[in-house]
Amino acid sequence: MHPALSVIAFTTASGAGYGLLAFLGLLAPMGWLPGSTGFALLATGLALAAIAGGLLSSTLHLGHPERAWRALSQWRSSWLSREGLAAVLTFVPAGLFAAAWVFGGVASALLGLLAAVGAVATVYCTAMIYASLKPVQRWHNGWVAPNYLAMAAMTGALWLHLLCRLFAFPAPAVALLAVVATACALALKLGYWRFIDTTAAASTPESATGLGRIGKVRLLEAPHTSENYLLEEMGFRIARKHAARLRVIALVAGFAVPLLLALLALLSDGLAGALAAVLAAPIATAGVLVERWLFFAEARHTVMLYYGAAAA
Amino acid sequence: MTSLPQPAMGKKLGLVIDLDICVGCHACAVNCKEWNTGGHAAPLTDRDPYGSDPAGVWFNRIHSFEAGDGAAGRTVHFPKSCLHCEQPACVEVCPTGASYKRSEDGIVLVNEDLCIGCKLCSWACPYGAREYDWDQGVMKKCTLCIDRIYNERLEVEERVPACVSTCPASARHFGDLGDPDSKVSAIVRERGGYDLLPELGYKPVNKYLPPRSPRTAVGSTGAAASLAPVVKAEPGGFLHWIDRILSR
Repeated sequence: MHPALSVIAFTTASGAGYGLLAFLGLLAPMGWLPGSTGFALLATGLALAAIAGGLLSSTLHLGHPERAWRALSQWRSSWLSREGLAAVLTFVPAGLFAAAWVFGGVASALLGLLAAVGAVATVYCTAMIYASLKPVQRWHNGWVAPNYLAMAAMTGALWLHLLCRLFAFPAPAVALLAVVATACALALKLGYWRFIDTTAAASTPESATGLGRIGKVRLLEAPHTSENYLLEEMGFRIARKHAARLRVIALVAGFAVPLLLALLALLSDGLAGALAAVLAAPIATAGVLVERWLFFAEARHTVMLYYGAAAA
Repeated sequence: MTSLPQPAMGKKLGLVIDLDICVGCHACAVNCKEWNTGGHAAPLTDRDPYGSDPAGVWFNRIHSFEAGDGAAGRTVHFPKSCLHCEQPACVEVCPTGASYKRSEDGIVLVNEDLCIGCKLCSWACPYGAREYDWDQGVMKKCTLCIDRIYNERLEVEERVPACVSTCPASARHFGDLGDPDSKVSAIVRERGGYDLLPELGYKPVNKYLPPRSPRTAVGSTGAAASLAPVVKAEPGGFLHWIDRILSR
């Protein structure tokens, strides 16, 4: 599948934003976070900016962005519509929570909980857009939604830890959260890769054409000599060629290095720990960008069976 | 509404494609493009149409496959267009309601005035039936020539999809596959018409008729087992004499 940059940027940024928002909504009312107005402003501002920026960027790949509001209408059947609706609805408690915390100095437990629930729901809807697509076996499985949720939690927790350290606030609970979330995300990503590497293809050229009754099926002649939309959108191969190397990059930058840095930050209260916490979040975010690129590039669509692919 | 209509619809208009007699001439694809660039989903735009790398929107594509090996191997020309599925995920994933399935005849259409061009429907279609129009920023697809089949300005025999009307080999049939007594339903029953990618559960309405078994046995084509002698030479006659001279 063709990795649209706007979609990759959107899911990474809004994932981190929703993760951060959820933890702010849950932890701030418990008094586990710095109480200063500056922290409240920066933390809620960062979360809402990442979410809003991501949502805006997602409209860039539309043919008609000016009609984007129509996407809120079909929530009964469409996960994309549900995602849009969840995103819009989450802005209400999230905005009120941020305003009350920044301007009133009160981190409301109710608004925070509602914002956190909305954040989780929105990320889940994003994941289900992919997980509901039967023609892409590598998306249509039970690993996708947990992976999206875990990566949102990981990047959100790492960014929250970074902010705490910037405000010289000792937050061992947040540090532990970052370690646990990163370890979970790593385990789920490894599980996903193991799944796609070991699962037999659901469809073949034989089932796509129904000609398996005659024998092995292979493409003799494509219907057209030049590219078309289907080949550009579903037949993307550039990143797949480098999939092994990109997996190492995603694994190291997205999960392994952030996990080590988060551990260091958990164990060290001093400068080394602070430095580790400050480095972990941006490195993990860059790694997740690569991972998201791979998520698209490694996905195989059944339509390619009609264009000579051996499995999908 | 992108929720699917209730199964009240009995009518399932669609195509039956005979892989035994399709000759792979691409005439159906050409006539489809010709009709539809002026029809319901018009225009079917092209990118770089007169340049070195043209690409454009087509509703019908003719793939050619080889199946089997050796003497049992076959070349099969394989036309593919929207199958107007009974469970069209392309409709259900549409966030705006632009994609819909008509309850009266089961045809799957796009309302281009509502389409935001998110392309998700094309991801949800396992068959590659939907093609994005880069020029207009909306998704396009086969309309089953809805502007022909109900068109009272056309002669009755012309009220079939453009691909069906143009096929020189009569490899394409159009009709109501929801009616067990229809001609197309009968052909599907007789010839063992089948679904593409049945494992995905989209329940396509269009059916494909498999190639017939090859006739390789002696006499199976209706011709004699061996050719008759060129010269029927009566013993002692003139031809017999010629035959003897020439056979030396």
